[in-house]
Amino acid sequence: MSILEIIVFLPLLAALVIGLGAPARATALGVSIAVLFASLVTAICFAPSVEGTMQMLSSRALLDLPGFPKLSLAFGLDGISLVLLLLSAIVMVAAVWIAPQESAIKKGSAKLYYASLLLIGGGAIGAFCSTDLFFLYAFHELALIPTFLMIGIFGHGENRVKTAWTITIFLGVGSLILLVGLIAAVVALGGSTFAVADLIALAKNPETGIAVDSQKWIFPLLLVGFGVLVSLFPFHSWAAPAYSEAPTPVAMLHAGVLKKFGLYGLIRIAMPLVPAGAEMYLNVILVLLLGNIIYLGLVTVAQKSLDRMLGYSSVMHMGYIFLGVAAGNALGLSGAVLLMFAHGISIALLFALAGWMRDRFGTLRFDELGGVAKSLPKLGLMFGFAAFASAGLPGFANFAAEVAVFFGAFQGEGETIGWLRWATIIALWGVVISAVYMLRAYRHLFMGPKPAKLETGADITWAVRIPVLLLVITLLLVGFIPETLNQFIRPAVEGILLIKAG
Amino acid sequence: MPVYFLEIIVVALGLVMLMVDAFVKLEDKRSIAWIGMLGLSVVFLLLFQVKGPENTDAAFWQFYSANDTTALFFKGIAVLTTLIVLVMAVDYSPVVVDQTAKPEKGAHPQSGLGEFFALPMFACAGLMWMASANNLVSIFVSLEAVTITFYILVTYLRRNVGSLEAGVKYLILGALSTGFLVYGFAWLFGITGSMDLAEITTALAKPDINTTAALFAFALILMASAFKVGAAPFHLWIPDVYQGAPTPITAFLSVGSKAAGFIVFLRLATPFLASEPIVGKVTMVLTVVAALTLLFGNFSAIPQKNFKRLLAYSSIAHAGFLMMALASAPDKLVEGSKLTPVTVIAFYLGAYLLMTLLAFLVMSTMRKVQVSEEIDSYRGLAKRSPFLAFALLIAMASLAGIPLTAGFWGKVNVFLLAIQQKEWLLVIVGLIGAGAGFYYYLKIAASMYLSPTEKNDDTSAIAISPLSRVTMIALIVAIIAAGFAPGLIFGLMG
Repeated sequence: MSILEIIVFLPLLAALVIGLGAPARATALGVSIAVLFASLVTAICFAPSVEGTMQMLSSRALLDLPGFPKLSLAFGLDGISLVLLLLSAIVMVAAVWIAPQESAIKKGSAKLYYASLLLIGGGAIGAFCSTDLFFLYAFHELALIPTFLMIGIFGHGENRVKTAWTITIFLGVGSLILLVGLIAAVVALGGSTFAVADLIALAKNPETGIAVDSQKWIFPLLLVGFGVLVSLFPFHSWAAPAYSEAPTPVAMLHAGVLKKFGLYGLIRIAMPLVPAGAEMYLNVILVLLLGNIIYLGLVTVAQKSLDRMLGYSSVMHMGYIFLGVAAGNALGLSGAVLLMFAHGISIALLFALAGWMRDRFGTLRFDELGGVAKSLPKLGLMFGFAAFASAGLPGFANFAAEVAVFFGAFQGEGETIGWLRWATIIALWGVVISAVYMLRAYRHLFMGPKPAKLETGADITWAVRIPVLLLVITLLLVGFIPETLNQFIRPAVEGILLIKAG
Repeated sequence: MPVYFLEIIVVALGLVMLMVDAFVKLEDKRSIAWIGMLGLSVVFLLLFQVKGPENTDAAFWQFYSANDTTALFFKGIAVLTTLIVLVMAVDYSPVVVDQTAKPEKGAHPQSGLGEFFALPMFACAGLMWMASANNLVSIFVSLEAVTITFYILVTYLRRNVGSLEAGVKYLILGALSTGFLVYGFAWLFGITGSMDLAEITTALAKPDINTTAALFAFALILMASAFKVGAAPFHLWIPDVYQGAPTPITAFLSVGSKAAGFIVFLRLATPFLASEPIVGKVTMVLTVVAALTLLFGNFSAIPQKNFKRLLAYSSIAHAGFLMMALASAPDKLVEGSKLTPVTVIAFYLGAYLLMTLLAFLVMSTMRKVQVSEEIDSYRGLAKRSPFLAFALLIAMASLAGIPLTAGFWGKVNVFLLAIQQKEWLLVIVGLIGAGAGFYYYLKIAASMYLSPTEKNDDTSAIAISPLSRVTMIALIVAIIAAGFAPGLIFGLMG
């Protein structure tokens, strides 16, 4: 067994063991901490200088029949997947740790709760570590039913069952479209293998690559499929209600980790396999991502409660990442990957704190809250960190990433002023928008007079402080020394661009 | 050992069970089922040992070609289905006793139960023969052996109006479809002058055949087969019959009868698909049937409130996916490629067996504690019996085609074939159907896990017999294992 196989299957086995009767909370927490340690060990053993190649490979053949694509249970890491693996492991620990703070956990069986969390987290890890197209897709889908049950059983609000349906149907249909796109790509490449590396090699070769005519319609399928998963405008409408009504740990894992899968798939699968298609639709992507940044940014500003606002802000920030991907150069792409990490950590932090506040105050509406910072200073401090990080203030990982994205995108077309450059200029206003809504939220919640009805109680305890600090420290560490992650990202990104150039 | 010994063993087993029922004084007639289960387990193991008859020229065995591994695979499906149906039937027997006879004084309190276990054995033998029949006569005889057994089984609960109604509907429509089949056979014989499928294939491949007559024969055969497998527009009997029949028999119909129907249709359609002059039109008709079936099955399933009816429509929907594979038959086979309608359909049916029988097992266990089969009556099952709820969840996930389950691979293979053959209409319709499937299968999960229980709901725990529990666990493991490694099922095809 390779270390990656252990990392992927440990959470899934733990979910099974919990189902068979092991103590739910202890097993879940123990396993997620073990996974985090194993991921850190992996990061230490990882050789960052090797360009673009997968490391720590392991492979077991599962299906090898003439006529069928070759299938194997294969895992491997490059810089991009390593960063996302770390993200998943960190957020999973924080989510499992903070879970018992929520009173909603009492609505159903704790076993189901923790087993579902482990399946969601383990699925994300499996998707990021897989080097086989099928398992990359399948591990992501593993989260579908646990999410449905988690929101439906343990969610907040009256509409939780309806919301559970919405997210499941949206993501289910999105993944079906994606599946057809992926199968079409595999068939167009000869239908001989599911191994991502082999598929890319085939796509690079002008003899076996996909004809431009086919790329023209395969790419939109992939774009819509991945776009739904990542809540690209106009396929975003599932995200905000789902995140505001989901149990806190699910919102953390889904918004922080799982949603990044769509972007990961675009970078890892769609762009290398159908490069001509990606180029053809570049302008469409630019328009859509501006929809995310500007239109949804303004929608975010208009929100009247914190959970909705966070849901929309997480959708909005996807636009930046798309911009980095669209830039098509090393700087933009590495910024996009770093932003995936930074956004994942910061949104998980925000959801963790918001969930705690909802439980304590009973509401998250701006007009019913205020002046909390005076009685709960530590909460105020932590939320301030999170809000500033999310708005992209220097010192946090988000800043380093956004700067790289904007510089990369601005350079993207060389000296000419084309669509990309205009899009970058417009997208820059997104920074202002996010500062507006984050600061407004902070003011509404923590400053000003405290409503008489509001009972604040005691400040956050260590049970909350530990997971929150874990996330804050990660943000600061990567913010001050982006090189901790950039050393892994850079060679991987250059490898991907080499694929495109070839 | 030649293959046909297996059918003989199964028939003999059935006879032994009837004799035991008649002449041995049993305290509990459920032990008759154990004879069947043990016998079928042995037969299942023997399937891995047998080889085809060496001398196929021998007069009687010309009806009977067993030299392909596909036939063995379908025999395996038949045996396994019957085995699990018997497991269900044991659990279900109180209902059967309750709904059949009010015994006279001195008679056995379970009188009439013995045949309920013995009849499936004869159906099983028929299904096994059907899997390797390659002659119009043997196809017809084996098909009737199965169908007539089913007429009895469907209507077995004779004090239950629903069961009687189902039986009448099944009998009338089944007899009608048999008529179409024989008429089609007559035309086919008229065109080709042969009853043997191999000879028919050569005759139909000649460029100068009478295409009108050949297409008419195909249309008649298609009608009859569509009836057997439940493809639109000949699917209307399915929901009523499924709902009325005893649950184990519904499962048997849904899996065994469908699998056998498909192997027969595959064998009958192959000569037409190999015939140059008519293949275009044949494929077109199949495409239309597949698209209609996918749309009818999936969309009609959405508003269903009764679980059995929902599974009935789901079985129509799955017939649609199977027809889709058949309609995507490659014009020219790539040398050595295993991606053919035969392997795809065989795999799909293998996966379908696992997940459908798991769902029916849960249902027949539930039938012991509650009479209602409405979806709504499954509310709170997650609390009453987490194990049953989980088993049903896995079955539904697999039926919906969620990755890492066997059902997902079934659909992926179909889509692979269809995309390779550029059947875009079917791909789009299949996509819509699969999307609808997400909704109605998850509806069951939502009922079990999300619906709030009401005051006078029974919330006591549910007892599951050890046999059912072991079978369910085996099916769950098989579904997930095949979801990770589809090679496991392909491996059984040899």
